[in-house]
Amino acid sequence: MRELFERLIQAFEFPFVRYALIVGVLIALCASLLGVTLVLKRFSFIGDGLSHVAFGAMAVAAVLQVSDSLPLIMAVTVLSAVLLLRTGQNSKIRGDAAVAMLSVGALAIGYLLLHIFPVLSNISGDVCGTLFGSASILTLRAGEVWFCLAFSALVLALFILFYNRLFAITFDEDFARATGTRVGLYNLLLAVLIAVVIVLAMNLVGSLLISALIVFPALSAMRLFSTFRAVTIFSAVLSVLCAVVGLLVAILAGTPVGPTVVAADIAAFAVCSLVGLLRRA
Amino acid sequence: MALLSCEELAVGYEGRILVKDIGFSVNAGDYLCIVGENGSGKTTLMKTLLGLRPPLGGRIARGEGLSGGQIGYLPQKSDIQRDFPASVREIVLSGCLGRCGLHRFFRRADRERAAAAMEKMQIGELAGRSFRELSGGQQHRVLLARALCASEQLLLLDEPVSGLDPQMSAKMYRLIEKLNRESGVAVIMITHDIAAALAYATHILHVGSHLFFGTREEYIAREYPQGAPEYRDILPGGEERA
Repeated sequence: MRELFERLIQAFEFPFVRYALIVGVLIALCASLLGVTLVLKRFSFIGDGLSHVAFGAMAVAAVLQVSDSLPLIMAVTVLSAVLLLRTGQNSKIRGDAAVAMLSVGALAIGYLLLHIFPVLSNISGDVCGTLFGSASILTLRAGEVWFCLAFSALVLALFILFYNRLFAITFDEDFARATGTRVGLYNLLLAVLIAVVIVLAMNLVGSLLISALIVFPALSAMRLFSTFRAVTIFSAVLSVLCAVVGLLVAILAGTPVGPTVVAADIAAFAVCSLVGLLRRA
Repeated sequence: MALLSCEELAVGYEGRILVKDIGFSVNAGDYLCIVGENGSGKTTLMKTLLGLRPPLGGRIARGEGLSGGQIGYLPQKSDIQRDFPASVREIVLSGCLGRCGLHRFFRRADRERAAAAMEKMQIGELAGRSFRELSGGQQHRVLLARALCASEQLLLLDEPVSGLDPQMSAKMYRLIEKLNRESGVAVIMITHDIAAALAYATHILHVGSHLFFGTREEYIAREYPQGAPEYRDILPGGEERA
């Protein structure tokens, strides 16, 4: 135990470990806050689709050898989020089908591009890293940490500022619109925020596992709590806790960060489900 | 000036007209029931009145004070997610959003309005409870309280008693009647229940097989030339009515 503790102290002497922890906590917090609304609006799949788009954008950035790829990825993902929302509203192609098309399309084209233009020395390794976030969070530079910090603060501020409106459009869109809330605007805001969080979260868990950060904390909280505020707060706390535990375990045990964090989320979901069942019985 | 009126209104989906040439007006204190066959476009008409769908023709005019969306709306029950985690207070308060304007958070006046609405709907003691744990009748009253927070002038109710047992339906009808008579709230209600329509409405709009708008008496004279039965008596719980 003592030895473990010492290793932890040692690990924290490296700046990249501290960066990873800061960024991990922020991303987990933002993802879980938006997650409650997304799950309840039946929008979980949009998060999944956008994460694949982000992968495609990353591949394009790599091929073009853009030095600072984050802004480009962010722009493409935000744009896709807006487009998806539009097709979902007035659709020849149904919303879920549009998401599926965009998502697998981006994944396939992204990987194809990386193969045709061999800019990466180790394609399978790098692709695996982007998809599952194997080590990228441990290679963050100070600039990226600031970027992440700024965007997380923005997401948090907007969420708190528009909390009541987000509740209203989540619970009953028609009523909100009928009583004068600009539903379209807030849906757009939601889509943009999700896109931002997804791009940030690519660093932590990789693009294939992002949905886990969005859905698991919200679903866990819904097993235990039955008011919107309690669900929101608990899912945020749980998500941060799982991110910290997952990161520390990954650092100590040398496991890949993303899957470890997600495993912690799954374990928490199992515990919450069990407690929920016992309480009802 | 009428609270809400329309002329030659046509409503429908995606360019396909369901009903056209609708004309009526609702004044303060009126109680208008919209009746008609299933699929005749009653709900579509209501959504058009609320601005959720564009009208396919004609005009809708809202009175002063209603232009900013200050209409209370009780949607059909099936439009609400059954397992949504939210407390009664959270839901009722959300009805105040329309009048918050640029304020981002609820103020004391909003909380007091929500509390008063819950008191009127006799759900004050349920404020902290979860919506999904309530009975059907209680859920209806929560949604009606929310509508009341949005407007004290005009309520649009889409089948407010669907899925309720006769006793709960009677209770719901009495609450709505009380709002209409005592608080002067104008009501537009879609109902399948012709007995209730004849018992409570001051005006009736029939859509579907034929189009009719007029007072309750005119409707009875037209539909029941031999004289209408006393519908008030056949309503369950009618004897409790003062």
